[in-house]
Amino acid sequence: MKRLDAPVARTYAGAASAAGPLLYVRSTRRAKLGEWVRIECAGQEERRGQLIDVGNEITVIQVFEDTLGLRPTDATITLTGETATTVVGKDLLGRALSGTGAPLDGLPPSIGEARLPIWGAPINPVRRQHPSDFIETGVTAIDGMNTLVRGQKLPIFSGPGLPGVELAADIVENARPARGEPFAVVFAAIGITERETQSFVSRFRESEVMERTVLFLNQASDPTIERLLTPRVALTTAEHLAFHHGIHVLVVMADITHYAEALREVAAAREEIPGRRGYPGYMYTDLATLFERAGVLKDSPGSVTQVPVVTIPDDDITHPIPDLTGYITEGQIVLSRELHQRGVYPPIDVLPSLSRLMNAGIGKDHTVAEHREWADQLYAVYARGREAKLMAAIVGSEGLAPGDQRALEFVEAFEKELIHQGGARRSLHDTIRTGWSLLDTLPRDELTRISDDTWAARAAAPKKQGSS
Amino acid sequence: MSEPRITRVAGAIAEAEPLGDAALYELVEVGKKRLLGEVIRIDGDVATIQVFEETSGVGLEEPVRRTGSSLTTRLGPGLLGAILDGIGRPLEGLADRSGNFIAPGATLPTLDPEARWSFVPSIESGATLSSGDVLGTVEERPGLIHRVMVPPGMAGRVADIQQGTFTVSDTIATLDDGSPLRLSHPWPIRERRPMGRRLPGDRPFITGQRVFDLLFPVVEGGSVAVPGGFGTGKTVIEQSLAKYAKADVMVYIGCGERGNEMAEVLHDFGRLTDPVTGRSIMDRTILIVNTSNMPVAARDASVYLGMTIAEYYRDMGYHVAILADSLSRWAEALREIAARLQEMPGEEGYPTYLANRMSRLYERAGRVESEGSAPRTGAVTFITAVSPPGGDFAEPVTQASLRVVGALWALDARLAHQRQFPAVDWDSSYSLYVDGSADWFASEGGADWAKLRTETIRLLQRDRELREIAGLVGVDALEDDDRLVLEGARIAREFLIGQNAFHPHDAFSTVAKTYHLARLLWAFMQTGSEALSSGVGFEKLDLAAVRVAFGAVKTAPPDALDERIAETEQTIADMGAT
Ligand SMILES: Nc1ncnc2c1ncn2[C@@H]1O[C@H](COP(=O)(O)OP(=O)(O)O)[C@@H](O)[C@H]1O
Ligand SMILES: [Mg+2]
Repeated sequence: MKRLDAPVARTYAGAASAAGPLLYVRSTRRAKLGEWVRIECAGQEERRGQLIDVGNEITVIQVFEDTLGLRPTDATITLTGETATTVVGKDLLGRALSGTGAPLDGLPPSIGEARLPIWGAPINPVRRQHPSDFIETGVTAIDGMNTLVRGQKLPIFSGPGLPGVELAADIVENARPARGEPFAVVFAAIGITERETQSFVSRFRESEVMERTVLFLNQASDPTIERLLTPRVALTTAEHLAFHHGIHVLVVMADITHYAEALREVAAAREEIPGRRGYPGYMYTDLATLFERAGVLKDSPGSVTQVPVVTIPDDDITHPIPDLTGYITEGQIVLSRELHQRGVYPPIDVLPSLSRLMNAGIGKDHTVAEHREWADQLYAVYARGREAKLMAAIVGSEGLAPGDQRALEFVEAFEKELIHQGGARRSLHDTIRTGWSLLDTLPRDELTRISDDTWAARAAAPKKQGSS
Repeated sequence: MSEPRITRVAGAIAEAEPLGDAALYELVEVGKKRLLGEVIRIDGDVATIQVFEETSGVGLEEPVRRTGSSLTTRLGPGLLGAILDGIGRPLEGLADRSGNFIAPGATLPTLDPEARWSFVPSIESGATLSSGDVLGTVEERPGLIHRVMVPPGMAGRVADIQQGTFTVSDTIATLDDGSPLRLSHPWPIRERRPMGRRLPGDRPFITGQRVFDLLFPVVEGGSVAVPGGFGTGKTVIEQSLAKYAKADVMVYIGCGERGNEMAEVLHDFGRLTDPVTGRSIMDRTILIVNTSNMPVAARDASVYLGMTIAEYYRDMGYHVAILADSLSRWAEALREIAARLQEMPGEEGYPTYLANRMSRLYERAGRVESEGSAPRTGAVTFITAVSPPGGDFAEPVTQASLRVVGALWALDARLAHQRQFPAVDWDSSYSLYVDGSADWFASEGGADWAKLRTETIRLLQRDRELREIAGLVGVDALEDDDRLVLEGARIAREFLIGQNAFHPHDAFSTVAKTYHLARLLWAFMQTGSEALSSGVGFEKLDLAAVRVAFGAVKTAPPDALDERIAETEQTIADMGAT
C-alpha cells in the first residue's frame, strides 16, 4: 500500500497512437486521473501532458505543446505520479511568466512559498462571505449602473475590434482599494495577440501597478492546449495571494473565447459527441471550474475578483461561449459595436449589461443612499427611449407620445454625457451627479422610481445633490 | 472472489471489476480516498460507477468497496434548517473537516447523531400499526410538529413504546416481532415514497408575486417550469418564493448554480422571518447545495434528495414547496454522464431517456392523502427554473417540462433588459390551475377576482396589438380610447405585475394588495373611458397624478396601505374633473 501513495514516476517507451493533441498509451500501471506527464522525443523539446482518461487497456494523454512532428512510437513517456502544480508566492508579483509559469522576463524562476495543484477545490458555500464591498472602477456604466463588488466575477462581453481588453485595463488601473488595503493584479493572457497583450501591459509597465502584478502570457502563437492551463495557473496564484496573504486580487482573463476553443479542440480529437455548435456538452461545468474560483471567504481578509474578457463570435450573444459564461458569471458588461462606431468610450450598452451582486454593494452603507432608485430610474427612461428610437425610425419622432419623445432625447444625452467618458476616470460622486443632471431635465412625475424620501433628501441638500 | 479494483477512470465515471454481482444503483466506495459512487451499469464482470466526488488523483488498481445499499438518506427530525450537499452531507460538517475548500472522501450523516429530541407518543402499547401510521410527535422547530411515522412497508403490534428524549437512532418503540422503530428511517432517494390517493389541487400556493397569483396561479401540489435566458430573473423568483411564499416547509435546491448565490441565500434567509409565524425562515427551510463547480454526479442526486425530503414532510401532512434552480443543470449532468458512457445520444446530446426521467420527477409533485392514520393530506409543489441555451425554448429540457407541468412562467430577456421584473412574458405564459384556484380566490381575494384577471389579461393583449399599430402609424394617429388602453397597460406593467424584489414593501404582495391593485386598475379604465365618452379629451386626464398614486400603493408599508388605496381611488375619481 505504501508504494501506491508516494509519487512514483514510471516511464514507458512509445505510445500506441496519436490524434491531434492526444496520445494513447497501453497498459499504464496505476495511472491516476489528472496525472502529470513528460513526453520526450529525440531531438525535440520536452512536452508536457496530463492523463484525462486512464484505463487498464488504454490511457489518454492530453499534450499541452504542439504535437507537430511527434512520432508516437519514438516517444518516451513518463508518468510523474503527481498532478499539475504551480509555484505560488508573493515573489511572483512583478513577474512576467509564460502561460504555465516559466519566466519570460529573463530572471530566474521564482522560488515561491509553496507548490499547489492548479485544479482548485470548490469553495465550500457555507464558508463564502456574501460579496458586498463596492469596487470603484471609475467607469460610470459600471459603478453607477452595474456595480462591481469584491469577490464577483463580472465578464466584459466584447467583440472583434471592440476595446474589451482596454476596458479591463481601465478597471485595473482605477480599481485600487481606497483604504490602502493590499491589492494585486493577476493577468492571464489566453491566446490573445501581442498587440492586445501590449494594450494591457504597456499601461502598467512604468507604474507602480506592475510591482503588484503577475503576468501569465499565453499568446496567440503559443500552444493552444496550454490555454487550458493558463487560467488555472493564474487563479491558483491569485487564490494564494488572496487567501493566504489577505490581498485583494483582481484577475483579468483574456480571452475566454480562446480557452473555449482549446476545449473544443480536445473534445473533437476525442471524437466526443458535440453539444451546441460543436462545443462539448460539459463546457458549462468546465467554465464553472474557472469562474467559481472568484469569491470572498468568511474568515479571510483577501478576495478574488474576476474580470474575464469574452469575445462574442459573430456578435451573437446566444453563441455558447457568451451564453454559458453569462449563465455562470454574476452579470456581464456588454460592449456595443454601434456605440463604438459612434465614438462612445467605453461603448457599454447598459440594457443587456447586468451586475447581479450590485444590490449588496450599493446603498447607504456602501455608496449613496439613493443608488438603487437612481439606477432604476435611469434604466427605465433609457429603456423607454430606446424603444421609442425604434418606433421613431418608422413613424418619425413627431408620431411619438410626448413622454416617448422626451425619452428619445434622453437617450442621446445619456450616451454622450453619462456613458461616454473618454479615457478619463469618473468618481462615483461625479457619476451620481451627472445622472441626476440628466434626470432633472424630465418632469418629476415621470420619475416614478424615485421615492419621496429621496426627493425630500435632495430638497434638503440642494447643493450636495446625489451625495450622501 | 478477488477484491474489485478500478480498471478505468474518466471524468465522473469509473469502472471496476470484478463487480458483476453488484446491484444497479448500489452505492460503492471508490479508491483509496473512498469516494462515494453509484453503480449505473453492469456488463459481465465490469461495473460502471458514477462518482459523486472529484475523481482527479484516483488511480487504476485502487480498490472498490460495496456497501450493499443504494444511495439513501436518513429522514427524521433535524432536517429543517439543514444545509446539505447533493448527496446529503451537511456542508458545515464538511467545512469542519476540510476547511474553506471541499476535499473529497468524507462520509457524514445527514442528521446529527447526537441531537436529542423530545418524543411524545400518540399511541399506546398494544396498538396495531401499519405503514405510514403516526406513532408520536417531536417538536422539531418551534411551531413545527414532526410526526414520527411507521416507515413505509412496516407493520405490526406495538409491544412497547417510550416517551422521552432520544437521538435519531434510538429505539422508541418495538413491535411484537422485535423490530425496532426509531425517530428516523432510511429511504432510497431515487424511489418515490408511497402515498394514498392523489387529490386535485384546490388551494392556490400563494407566491406573493402579483403576476403569478393574479394571472398565472399555481395550486398546492402543482408543478411549474420557469424557463428564461441568463439574467431574466429565474433565481430572484425562486429566492423570493422561498422567502415569502406560503408553505409549511420549503426545500431549496441550488443545483449547478453559483456559490455566491448560495452565500446570499444563507445570508438573507438567516435574517428573515416568516411573515405569518414571525419565526426565522430557516426554521422551515432545507437547503441543498451543489454549485456548478461541485461534482456533476452529485448534481443528479441533489434533485432526488430534495424530492425525497419534500415527500417525507408531505407524508406528515404538510404543504411543501420545492424550489429548484436549475433543472437544466440536472439534465446536463445526465448528459455528461451519458456521454462518458458513450450512450446513443438523443436530441442535443441528451440521453434518450431524459423526457422520461423528467416526467417521473415532475410526477412526484402533487396533493395526496398520506398513507396510514391519523388521516392527513399533504402536498408537494414543484417550481423549477429551466435554463435554455441562448434563451431559446425550443430545446429538450424546456420542451420535456412543458409536456408535464401545469403552469409555465416564461421569462423574456427583452423585458429583463428593460428592467421589467418579474420579466414574465404574459403572452406565452399559462396556468392550468386557474379553475382549480378560482373558488379560493373568489372567497379570500374578492368576488370579482376572476373578472379582474380576465380584464387585466385582455388589457395587456390589447396593448400589444395597439403598440404594433402605433409602431406603424404613430401614437398620434390612435383614438383616445386606444391611448387610454396604452396608458392602462403601462400602469399594469409598472405597478400591478411589476414587482421589485429588493424593495422591502414591494417584494411580497398579500392577496389583498394584489386584489386592490387589480381593482384600482379596472377602476382607472372604467373612469377613464367614461370621461372620454363624456367628451373629456385624453390630454385632459390627469394621468401623472394617477401614476404617482399607483406607485404609492405599490410601495406602501403595510400600515399605510389602506390609506394609499383610498387616496388612489380618489385620484382616479378626480382625474377627468378638470
Ligand atoms: N423582481 C425583481 N426585482 C428587481 N430586480 C430583479 C428582479 N428579478 C430579477 N432582477 C434583476 O435581474 C438580475 C438577474 O436575475 P436572476 O434571477 O439572477 O437571473 P437568472 O437566474 O435568470 O439568471 C438580478 O440580479 C436583479 O438585478
Ligand atoms: Mg439564476
